[in-house]
Amino acid sequence: MSIIETKGVYKTYNTTKVPVNAVNGVDLKIEEGEFTAIVGPSGSGKTTLLNMLSGLDLPTRGDIFIENTNLKGLSSSQLIDFRLNNIGFVFQAYNLIPVLTVKENTEFIMFLQKVPKRERQKRVKELLGAVGIGDKMDYKPSQLSGGQQQRVAVARALASRPKYIIADEPTANLDSVSTSELLELMAQMNKKYNTTFIFATHDQRVMDKARRILTIEDGKILKDEQFDR
Amino acid sequence: MLRAIAWRNLWRNKLRSSIIMAALTIGIIGAVEMDGYMTGLTNQRVDAAIANEVSDIQLHNPGFLLNQETKYLIPHAGKKADEIRKIANVKAVSVRLKGAAMASSANAGAGISINGVVPDDEYRVSDLHDHIIEGTYLNNKQKIPAVIGQKLAKKLNIGVSDKLIVTMTDSTGTITNGAFLVVGIYKTSNTDFDKSNVFVTRKDLANLIGYPTNAGDEIAILLNSNQHTKAVTKKLNTLFSAEVKSHKLIIQSWDQIQPLLKSMVDMMNYFSYLFLIIVLAALTFAIINTMLMSMMERTREIGMLIALGMNKRKIVRMVMLETLFLSIIGALVGLAISILLVDYLSIHGLDLSSFAKGLNSIGYSSTVYFQVNREFYFTTVIVVVLLAILASIPAMMRALKLQPATAIREED
Ligand SMILES: Nc1ncnc2c1ncn2[C@@H]1O[C@H](COP(=O)(O)OP(=O)(O)OP(=O)(O)O)[C@@H](O)[C@H]1O
Ligand SMILES: [Mg+2]
Repeated sequence: MSIIETKGVYKTYNTTKVPVNAVNGVDLKIEEGEFTAIVGPSGSGKTTLLNMLSGLDLPTRGDIFIENTNLKGLSSSQLIDFRLNNIGFVFQAYNLIPVLTVKENTEFIMFLQKVPKRERQKRVKELLGAVGIGDKMDYKPSQLSGGQQQRVAVARALASRPKYIIADEPTANLDSVSTSELLELMAQMNKKYNTTFIFATHDQRVMDKARRILTIEDGKILKDEQFDR
Repeated sequence: MLRAIAWRNLWRNKLRSSIIMAALTIGIIGAVEMDGYMTGLTNQRVDAAIANEVSDIQLHNPGFLLNQETKYLIPHAGKKADEIRKIANVKAVSVRLKGAAMASSANAGAGISINGVVPDDEYRVSDLHDHIIEGTYLNNKQKIPAVIGQKLAKKLNIGVSDKLIVTMTDSTGTITNGAFLVVGIYKTSNTDFDKSNVFVTRKDLANLIGYPTNAGDEIAILLNSNQHTKAVTKKLNTLFSAEVKSHKLIIQSWDQIQPLLKSMVDMMNYFSYLFLIIVLAALTFAIINTMLMSMMERTREIGMLIALGMNKRKIVRMVMLETLFLSIIGALVGLAISILLVDYLSIHGLDLSSFAKGLNSIGYSSTVYFQVNREFYFTTVIVVVLLAILASIPAMMRALKLQPATAIREED
């Protein structure tokens, strides 16, 4: 069974003068372990689609199933709990809680999930080591570079053991070296933990790494390509 | 972890948080010191009134209370006094022969209350002997002595060793005159009292108006502490229940004798609390504003927290903790400083001499020794906590209304 399946998903924004069909009929299946990029021009609906895939927003029409759960059937509180226990996030920037240290940030979602302290600390150590921030555990986010911050965000997402990780332009604020490093890291993690990654991007280097590329324009999927890498 | 987040968020904008804390500190110091002054002032007034004027409890023939006529004697006053002395927590008892009279000198006249007392007994009940500013207190060796207040001395233009002529009704209802020798002049903090009260020996007064020398129309009782007032009053009422029931005797505690004083105490107390609540309520708006600003600045961050899976309950907890920290730190600092200040002022007092003239005439002394009841501190803490919880609500509502998808998009 696919971990994500969308059936005729539409998202229409009525807040503007002319209603905008940001996502315009998307049927999509995503399998466990995928490393998938969603690409397309600005305004094509990438963020809108990802928001729906991650339960931050609900479709205007159509259904999204995460394994057996139809997200439409959840109340807003249930949706929060669902995200907490099933979905990892890496945002474009400002991922981390500025008043918490790197270690505490990485622990945070597990704390919300009520993972016992000992287990939390074990995972934090392992993952911060894996993403190469093991020596900066007690730093504050503001003391890290943008690339390091994104790596902490990846570690945090992985630590919560989600079904899949959604990353909306995770490299948009990074220089090319940091971008390559982060991509390399995500690819590694994808292989090591078999964690599904879905990201939106404009970046050619990201596309070069992806094993599946969904090209979207005007809210519709134009191309769905698989690559063997 | 929520506690750590809330605590550290407090210090993200140090200046803003410090200003709120300082405002709370100052507000609470103001409210507490105000209460300290008011309570000290009224308690001193009550203490002085008890010590110099009314004692803790007084017994009268009910008729006496209407117009202070000496004919309304207390039956067996001396025997009653002896019985009262045996009651626990009764420190001293004085039987007085008291009445309305006219005092005159060669120059002027004035309406007075004349108090015929047994000097030794009176000495134990009243502090008047501590307030002699000229001459001496009454004693049995002097010949027809009188002690008068400074205000009356001025009015009559007489001093120590001068003659004081007293005119009053005797036991047969005839107007009679007598001369007393002024041996001492006193001054209390209550100028009204000083203007109208003259003290002579009971023996001299009884002789003048034709009563037995052991007659009395007022029994004044001083207790070890005024916290026993209720218990002793109750005991007296049982002891003399027959006479009380037949309206031959009335037993009053200080707050019944001077109900105005009692209502003043209550009023001051009420004002202290009112002031506290007004000050804190005003500060609550500042706290509300600060918390709202903090939420607005953190829109994206809170949106992120909700996206990650932080539920409503935890958001509420975080915001509430933050508001509580913000409010309680300033309040605790304010309380600590207030307690130290009250401690100091309770020993050294605060002298508002420039206002004292006005205060003195209504019976208040000019140097006030601060007093704050424990309940006041307690109430302050409770009110701060309650208002902090209230103050967190607008910020909470704002945080809970955030849509994570839109909040994350928000630009700086
Ligand atoms: N909250 C909203 N209200 C109204 N219109 C919106 C809203 N969010 C997005 N849109 C519109 O929906 C369309 C898709 O936007 P979306 O952000 O999904 O594009 P995107 O592919 O992520 O773009 P970018 O590459 O610039 O991030 C755009 O036309 C956008 O203006
Ligand atoms: Mg986007």
